Amino acid sequence: MNKPLVEIQNLRVDFPTASGSFNPAVRGVSMSLGREKLGIVGESGSGKSVTGRALMRLLPEPARVRADKLVFDGIDVLAARERQMRRLRGGRIGLILQDPKYSLNPVMTIGHQIAEAWGTHNKGGRREAREAALNLLEQVRIRDPKRVLDAYPHEVSGGMGQRVMIAMMLAPNPDMLIADEPTSALDASVQAEILKLIEDLVSARGMGLMLISHDLPLVARFCDRVVVMYAGQVMETLPARDLHRAEHPYTRGLLDCMPALSQKRARLPVLTRDPKWLEPRT
Amino acid sequence: MSRREWLLSDTPTSRAQAKWGRRYQTWLAFRRNGLAVAGLFIVLAMLVLAIFAPLLATHDPGVQVLADRLQPPSAAHWLGTDELGRDTYSRVLYGGRVTLGMVVAVVILVAPLGLIVGCVAGYAGGIVDKILMRVTDVFLAFPRLILALAFVAAMKPGVESAVVAIALTAWPPYARLARAETLTIRNADYIAAVRITGASPWRVILRHVTPMCLPSLTVRVTLDMSSIILTAAGLGFLGLGAQPPIPEWGTMIATARRFILEQWWVPVIPGIAIFMASLAFNLLGDGLRDVLDPKQR
Amino acid sequence: MIEAGRLNVHFGDNQVVHNVSFSVAPGETFGLVGESGSGKSTVLRCLAGLVDSWDGTLRIDGQQLGHKRDRAFFRKVQMVFQDPYGSLHPRQTVDRILAEPLAIHGVPDAETRITRALEEVALPRTARFRYPHQLSGGQRQRVAIARALIADPSVLLLDEPTSALDVSVQAEVLNLLADLRQARQLTCILVSHNLAVVGHLCERLAVMQGGRIVEILSEQQLRAGQATHSHTRDLIALSHELEG
Repeated sequence: MNKPLVEIQNLRVDFPTASGSFNPAVRGVSMSLGREKLGIVGESGSGKSVTGRALMRLLPEPARVRADKLVFDGIDVLAARERQMRRLRGGRIGLILQDPKYSLNPVMTIGHQIAEAWGTHNKGGRREAREAALNLLEQVRIRDPKRVLDAYPHEVSGGMGQRVMIAMMLAPNPDMLIADEPTSALDASVQAEILKLIEDLVSARGMGLMLISHDLPLVARFCDRVVVMYAGQVMETLPARDLHRAEHPYTRGLLDCMPALSQKRARLPVLTRDPKWLEPRT
Repeated sequence: MSRREWLLSDTPTSRAQAKWGRRYQTWLAFRRNGLAVAGLFIVLAMLVLAIFAPLLATHDPGVQVLADRLQPPSAAHWLGTDELGRDTYSRVLYGGRVTLGMVVAVVILVAPLGLIVGCVAGYAGGIVDKILMRVTDVFLAFPRLILALAFVAAMKPGVESAVVAIALTAWPPYARLARAETLTIRNADYIAAVRITGASPWRVILRHVTPMCLPSLTVRVTLDMSSIILTAAGLGFLGLGAQPPIPEWGTMIATARRFILEQWWVPVIPGIAIFMASLAFNLLGDGLRDVLDPKQR
Repeated sequence: MIEAGRLNVHFGDNQVVHNVSFSVAPGETFGLVGESGSGKSTVLRCLAGLVDSWDGTLRIDGQQLGHKRDRAFFRKVQMVFQDPYGSLHPRQTVDRILAEPLAIHGVPDAETRITRALEEVALPRTARFRYPHQLSGGQRQRVAIARALIADPSVLLLDEPTSALDVSVQAEVLNLLADLRQARQLTCILVSHNLAVVGHLCERLAVMQGGRIVEILSEQQLRAGQATHSHTRDLIALSHELEG
């Protein structure tokens, strides 16, 4: 692995509260990402999404973002000009969100939306853009891509919508994908297909992937490395295949408290939160 | 524990504390908007002036002193006198009672009517919705001032008819608004949850649906106050609202409009009163929208 | 205790539930599993009286259910919704939310009942006068459960009660539901897309696909992988695969 694509060192994000003080959402997170698949897992409020958004500078205005280092491919994200950021967002970093229903424009055909995404980062006429859109839909393995090209978002299923989102994000040929709970709104069977698709595309194109999710087993299956977050801090980072051997009690607790088909338990073990986990880590 | 801490407590210990805490938070949010606070201040000041008009007036608003007609502002008559020698300052104070009183009366008539019609139509749906909304459409189809004019012309001109006429034309927008709000919440899980507790449709509407419509309705009513004032003044100006010698701002402008070139202050002063009142209500409404509109939270 | 016979549901011209029949014994917990669009939630909403356009027979406690339900029905049957953010009235305190069913059914002694209900779902006393937005997702779901149980129903309908929660909170809520079910002898129907959750709580379950029940099997059969229908097998395989 050569130089990492993303380097984050001691990232801190605070949100101001009504009473004027600051509420920390991320408290000193460090990680780096090469052209690999990195999973970030944690419960709601653990700061996993905020970390992803901070990297794209997509956090709302009042949020205060500080870091010793927040670099994407040599570009200092905190110091970059807005114009540079625009080229980064959606150009070099693609973002896939939870629900395609809210991320797609309901009054524009799918083909038009993909062509537009392609057009903002590539040069070419309308015909070429359409060609490219068709090609992208094929890449995300949509059956009958010609029909979907002229369909409106409400005419396709949730899984299909998510494929369209992925196609849009691939249009500018990004170096990296951030997928924030990309499959939480989907059925389990579709979930697996979509993640497999993302995995294949990322490997084939040599992109970096940041998969943000609350679903530990799912992330472990599709990623190379897993970062476990709790209350704005990284609890541990470990290779995905070693997840079942995780040592941190928080990771263990999260894994154990899930009901399983393979074994019957009268009661589920409950995660006891150790106040020590909240202490600042170095 | 200070009163502020008691109000801002995250763990209220009584119903009253929870309620007042919520109100206090709304007030804190409202207070941040300077213009809205100014609007509220002007509205309250005008209400106080109107209520205490008998104490604050320097003259009897009805007494005519023909020797003193059309006086410019002076120590004896702070805002001058009108064409019959009546004190303008006192008449503007008393006029506030009439004009603001009309506004309040219209709102008391209109807001609950619109709210109930809209919520019932939206919640019941089907044939009830169709009937109620077509009736609303009929009223909406007429321009407000024209319908009010026709109505007043059919009855005898006066403050009461003006109030009824304005109320008749003012409620349909509220019904539409309440219906739209109801439609967005009628299928919400929390309404389904209340239905499942066995609540009757009326109970659901009155106790669970209307409170969700109230904020946007309040905002809309406040923003509409200025147009109600203008309609009331307009009817007065056209001679179909308050009748002379009742001091109503619109009527005052109407009777004094002949003097706009030579004794301009006579019609301009009630005009300023109307302008201030509508501006204040608009500012207040804008501020209320920022803190009350649930969609902005 | 609960019986559905040849239940059909239409939304306009679209039939979303076809010929669904099952029965649930008193004290039993019955699961309805399927992917989105399989009609599982619709069946539940039908039972609760939230869907009007159905035909077939529905019986609870031997009584035939009509399209309009009376107040006694809602005393007996209660429901917990999927989304704890959407199922609590945003402008009412927990206290008000819990007091409403008591007021509707004219249950005396609201004060002690509310404190007891909060204790029962392990909510702190301080939560009583808070608004839903001041509570976490798990706490909200506890409020929803407390509201459902406060007037002592005998049937509890659960519509994906934990799928909007973090797994650690899901474990707490599932444990709570198991305890309450035991303590109060509740008959439950649990709708979920998660086989493991259904297997954890239910004695028997029906697998739904495209508005039809394709298979009814017991929890033991589920765990032993003794499913006959291919859709059920797919679901089980997928569930095992994710457990790793």
